[in-house]
Amino acid sequence: MAVKPTFSQEISNLLYASHGHPLAVCMQCGLCSASCPVVDHMDNSPRRLIAMIHANLKEDVLKSTTFWYCASCYNCTVRCPRGINIAEMMYGLKRYSMWRNSYDKSLIGPDFSERFAKMIVKTGRSWEPALAPSFIFKGGVQGFLYEAQTALRLVRRGRISMTPSKIKRIKGFRRMLGRIIPLAGVE
Amino acid sequence: MKKFAYYPGCSLEKMAASYHVSTMETARVLGVELEEIEDWNCCGATAYFHVDEILATTLSARNLAMAEQQGLNLVAPCSGCFKNMYFANMSLKQDKDLADHVNYALEADGLKFNGSIDVNHIIDVYVNEVGLGEIKKHVTRPLKNLKVAPYYGCQLVRPRKTDENVEDPRFFEDLLTTIGATPVNYTMRLRCCGASLIVTNKKAALSMVRSLLQTAEDAGADVIATACPLCQINLELYQTEVNREFGTNLSMPVLYFTQLLGLAFGISAKKLGIGTEVVPTDDVLRCARGDSPAADG
Repeated sequence: MAVKPTFSQEISNLLYASHGHPLAVCMQCGLCSASCPVVDHMDNSPRRLIAMIHANLKEDVLKSTTFWYCASCYNCTVRCPRGINIAEMMYGLKRYSMWRNSYDKSLIGPDFSERFAKMIVKTGRSWEPALAPSFIFKGGVQGFLYEAQTALRLVRRGRISMTPSKIKRIKGFRRMLGRIIPLAGVE
Repeated sequence: MKKFAYYPGCSLEKMAASYHVSTMETARVLGVELEEIEDWNCCGATAYFHVDEILATTLSARNLAMAEQQGLNLVAPCSGCFKNMYFANMSLKQDKDLADHVNYALEADGLKFNGSIDVNHIIDVYVNEVGLGEIKKHVTRPLKNLKVAPYYGCQLVRPRKTDENVEDPRFFEDLLTTIGATPVNYTMRLRCCGASLIVTNKKAALSMVRSLLQTAEDAGADVIATACPLCQINLELYQTEVNREFGTNLSMPVLYFTQLLGLAFGISAKKLGIGTEVVPTDDVLRCARGDSPAADG
């Protein structure tokens, strides 16, 4: 009989599959939290989040802001005395919460990532204005005005292109991506 | 002549065009030939890893496979692109199953990953392949009045690649000393600039930018030197918002290390793309010319 893995095992397996880092060896020393430049803005510190995973608090973990506020600076990863790649764990949780559509809907991160991914499938290169809708309206009228001022500063100095850049072999590029993920709804 | 497959990356096309031109100018002086990968694509930044890891690896693999066709090691000036392609290259070399999977996808675009090249950051090429001794030979205008805050940021040094010192690297300081500048010591030189949080969590990013700028200013820096377009953009472009948010009065120029290198080689500011910044760089240029700082008021 197949045994359903616990949430803790599931996340550990996710890491084993991609990076081979045993989350189970965490000794809760807190060096990750102490090294994190964004910890003050997270609802749960990285150390606490790992403890929550071990306690199988699945729903609480998946709606936590912690991994979406991770800036991928890898300070925790290089310092963890047990060799856990914590920043990669945060990436894993981002993916997991996107698959399950279980993230906090007030977050900008998931929408931004999705737009980014779709943009690359279309043109093969990044173009900042295509990403703007995911964040420019999130800060209210004032926030929008600030964003517009910032964009204008770049436009004046010729630092924003008015048209997206596109790779030449876009068809081959899309065929390539289509062998990894289905591209329905993107083209 | 040292020759590399050059991967500019999306930021260097426009937003960080000055990093591109100053890389080209300094490479020419140092005898480093940069042959652009003809149809390079986005490295996936961090956002692609939020969606699918193999997809992100495939994006980098396409660039690696094209560099392999050129028969050259790949060099990237953007720390984010460098980190993505360095680790994609490493994972693909180490994991045959992953390489098979990715090669099945690459085949659809007529490409193949063989694992025959290395990936470098441009600062690593200058410091370790060209060498500080050689760089010194080309310095005609040492930046002797300039106090520079070397900003390593994250992806250039982390995650650890082999056994290098990730807690206290000195290569940026050594490079600045070589061109006659004075590196200032400040605690935040390896701290994150906030990266894409500038759009996904602006409050957090602005406070990170603020601490960085403040410690550099407190250490007496005239300018921050960076080796990454995202760091440059976060630290420079958002100073107005930082000042508004925190009631500060920061006005710290942020230039690419290649621009400072170029000035020391006697290349004109214009050719190095200086003049497209949001924070004025007049004082930096004055110092670099050896003039005394302008009197206030």
